[in-house]
Amino acid sequence: MAGDLKKVAYYPGCALEGTGHSYNRSTKEVGKALGLELVELKNWNCCGAMEVKNVDPQVQTYLSARNLTIAQDMGFDTVMAPCNGCYHNLKKAEYDLAHNPHAAEVTERISKKAGHKAYEPGGVETIHALDWIKHGVGEAELRQRAKGKLAGLKVANYYGCMYTRPRHIFPEKDQGTGSESTSKPHFMDDILAAAGAENVEFPLKTACCGGAHSLSDSDISTKLVLNILTTAEACGAEVIATECPTCHSGLEMHQVRAEKVLGRKTSVKILYFTQLLGMALGLSAKKVGVQENLSDPSEFLRRKGLG
Amino acid sequence: MMDLFPEILPAIDAALDGEVPMPSADTLLAMAEEVVVAWLAARGEPPDGETVEGFRLLALHRQGCKGTPSFNACRETCREIVFRRNVVVLGEAGSGTAARDTRLLAMTVRHLALFVGGKLAEAGLGDFCCSSRPLREAGAA
Repeated sequence: MAGDLKKVAYYPGCALEGTGHSYNRSTKEVGKALGLELVELKNWNCCGAMEVKNVDPQVQTYLSARNLTIAQDMGFDTVMAPCNGCYHNLKKAEYDLAHNPHAAEVTERISKKAGHKAYEPGGVETIHALDWIKHGVGEAELRQRAKGKLAGLKVANYYGCMYTRPRHIFPEKDQGTGSESTSKPHFMDDILAAAGAENVEFPLKTACCGGAHSLSDSDISTKLVLNILTTAEACGAEVIATECPTCHSGLEMHQVRAEKVLGRKTSVKILYFTQLLGMALGLSAKKVGVQENLSDPSEFLRRKGLG
Repeated sequence: MMDLFPEILPAIDAALDGEVPMPSADTLLAMAEEVVVAWLAARGEPPDGETVEGFRLLALHRQGCKGTPSFNACRETCREIVFRRNVVVLGEAGSGTAARDTRLLAMTVRHLALFVGGKLAEAGLGDFCCSSRPLREAGAA
């Protein structure tokens, strides 16, 4: 993990400008509250997401690598990507360019054509918003700042599938004490526990949310999400904390769809971990964009003395 | 949605809804194995009969990943199933948590069945995410 995380390059990605806007807002506000500075990449582009990868995985590597070049040109050695898809793709580009000569050759060729220098692996480290807060601030300071504001809040932490997979593109994980685990991730648990939350044991932390099936077979997505929601409730959770805009949107949308289509109502709330942390730091629900979420947890938050 | 795992999913749903007794932890583990065997069968592979860390499910999962690394997306789900089964079977008798742990095990097996069912349904489409295959790959749609 790069040393100083007080000022890092910021790659929001497309989702955080659309359905995940409240994640963008709350991430920035939490950063401000904690004295962490984010500098958005100038003229960033799509990371290649899932769609470009299907057309040509090498082009996807180039697209992600271009963002890393921009970060380097702006003088940063660390870029923070809060979206699991972006985080995954930037990490994957880093890995591919270091291990796949063909990927490096294609990136070199397209970069030349586009008129900028090609990214060379090792220049910039990509981190997630969880790394940024966990390592940039630390639990001791969070504990001090949040003063147990989330006490009494039972949270199931949901990481989704891309934060830890495939393991080989995350060399910093599974390195023992202090590092993140790919089999049982815990950074979000640690951060929210430091703010006073009571994390419940949740067996589906990294299970598939069905995001990919949303367009081809919504019923599969709805059933997968419903199982996540009911399992979280069975674990005693009042809130599912998320750290990925795709998972978050999927959970919110299919919670509504499960009730409409399958007649299964669930009451567990879905909030970004940055929204929960922001409110624990004294920010209002509006400031962290709760009103931009699809569901309205305002009454629940009031009851909990948050926001 | 295709009618996937027509025996397993309704049985788990009925048990979770309290309509029938909850299957034992070992029965739930066997259901999970059946799900992954179906994945192998769809690829024309018989199970290799091995175990990993003493569990057939983990070996089946490992076999299911060969040539399809995206199947790793259910690796932790399979490991959770084994873990939960152990918690129930090896837990202290009369601890009072066995019923809750078995429910969580059943929900985790249900997730595996839904996930694998979804992958089986989508496998021919070559579209997004863990079902994805580069469109220029030989044989891709």
